[in-house]
Amino acid sequence: MFCEKAMELIRELQRSSEGQLPAFNEDGLRQVLQEMEALYEQNQTDVNEAKADGRADLIPSIKLRHCCLLRNQRCLTAYLYDRLLRIRALRWEYGSVLPANVRFHMCAEEVQWFSHYKKSLASFMRSLGGAEGLDITQDMKPPKSLYIQVRCLKDHGELEIDDGTVILLKKNSQHFLPRWKCEQLIRQGVLEHVMS
Amino acid sequence: MDTQSYLPVQPGVGMEENFLSLDDILLSHERLPIRTECSFPRLGFLDKSSDSQDIPEGTKMELPLWLSKGLYEKKRRVLSVELPKVYREGWRTVFNADPNVVDLHKMGPYYYGLGSQMLHFDSPENPEIAQTLLQTFMGRFRRNMDSSQNAYNEDTSALVERLDCLEKALFSSGQSGLNSFQSWEKGRASQLTASSLVLNYRKRKINDIQP
Repeated sequence: MFCEKAMELIRELQRSSEGQLPAFNEDGLRQVLQEMEALYEQNQTDVNEAKADGRADLIPSIKLRHCCLLRNQRCLTAYLYDRLLRIRALRWEYGSVLPANVRFHMCAEEVQWFSHYKKSLASFMRSLGGAEGLDITQDMKPPKSLYIQVRCLKDHGELEIDDGTVILLKKNSQHFLPRWKCEQLIRQGVLEHVMS
Repeated sequence: MDTQSYLPVQPGVGMEENFLSLDDILLSHERLPIRTECSFPRLGFLDKSSDSQDIPEGTKMELPLWLSKGLYEKKRRVLSVELPKVYREGWRTVFNADPNVVDLHKMGPYYYGLGSQMLHFDSPENPEIAQTLLQTFMGRFRRNMDSSQNAYNEDTSALVERLDCLEKALFSSGQSGLNSFQSWEKGRASQLTASSLVLNYRKRKINDIQP
């Protein structure tokens, strides 16, 4: 049956739930495109024959292949679009620098798209809130205080805060830090927010 | 509250399909029994049971929903679509008797979605199918909502396994509402948490090391 390859791509995305990005399946994509090319060529010869010899009985077959072409197109578009949605989510979860194992799963065009997205998000945030700009990825939950208690879950090296103090983030150490400085690190799982 | 920044494309409502929704693409891959009403030359290889070059008129075979929908025409008879078993009279009486006892995951898992899609094909039974779908959903919804709102910190797999895909989505949104309400009651709603995406990625990494 036609379009099975395209369905494999869709199933692959569906299986990796919760917005994880599976590796870009370039091979599968190419196979679908090849199938589409073959379908198109078969259709072209049948269309020519139907026109030249007036063979109306070929029309149902032509239509069937045409449906398969459209279906493949739909699956590919949905595959690429859903991946873009996932990549966009990564920007909000990880911040502007992605870890290598995530970046490894993206194809060259997606890396390019990600950097474009980063740039347009950054220029939008700069345009807000006066000269300083406004980081809209901060304060996803309304803050109760400016400083929070955090515990390090792994060694992360040194962190410099606004007043110039350098803090060593060592595993199992606790700190009292400005909230805006830690929010991203908490989201990345480096720090843990301790509630008293 | 656990905010997710990845929101997949939502499936279409009712008879509509959403072009980019993964769920709808999987739904439209469900196979339907059909009968061809004209011959399809040079496509004999699609029907595995015969060796001829063409698919002759009157062949019974199974085609995916998207293909049947694309080929089906009201004016010209290209193919006729038969109802899958679960939408026929016999099963409809079962659903009408007590919708709660049926395992919709085994029947479907896209029982409601496929049923609404069946309404695209002109069948004299369409009004009854639509009525049964609605009644089944209403009959099961009360129990479904009740369990999703009250099973806190419990293993829900037994509750979920008999649900249709649509009901599962409703169940999980009920659960996430319950969980965030509970965390608010405990005063943990303002706690900053690691993103579930990041946590899941870390899980995967361990799997990669130990295959």
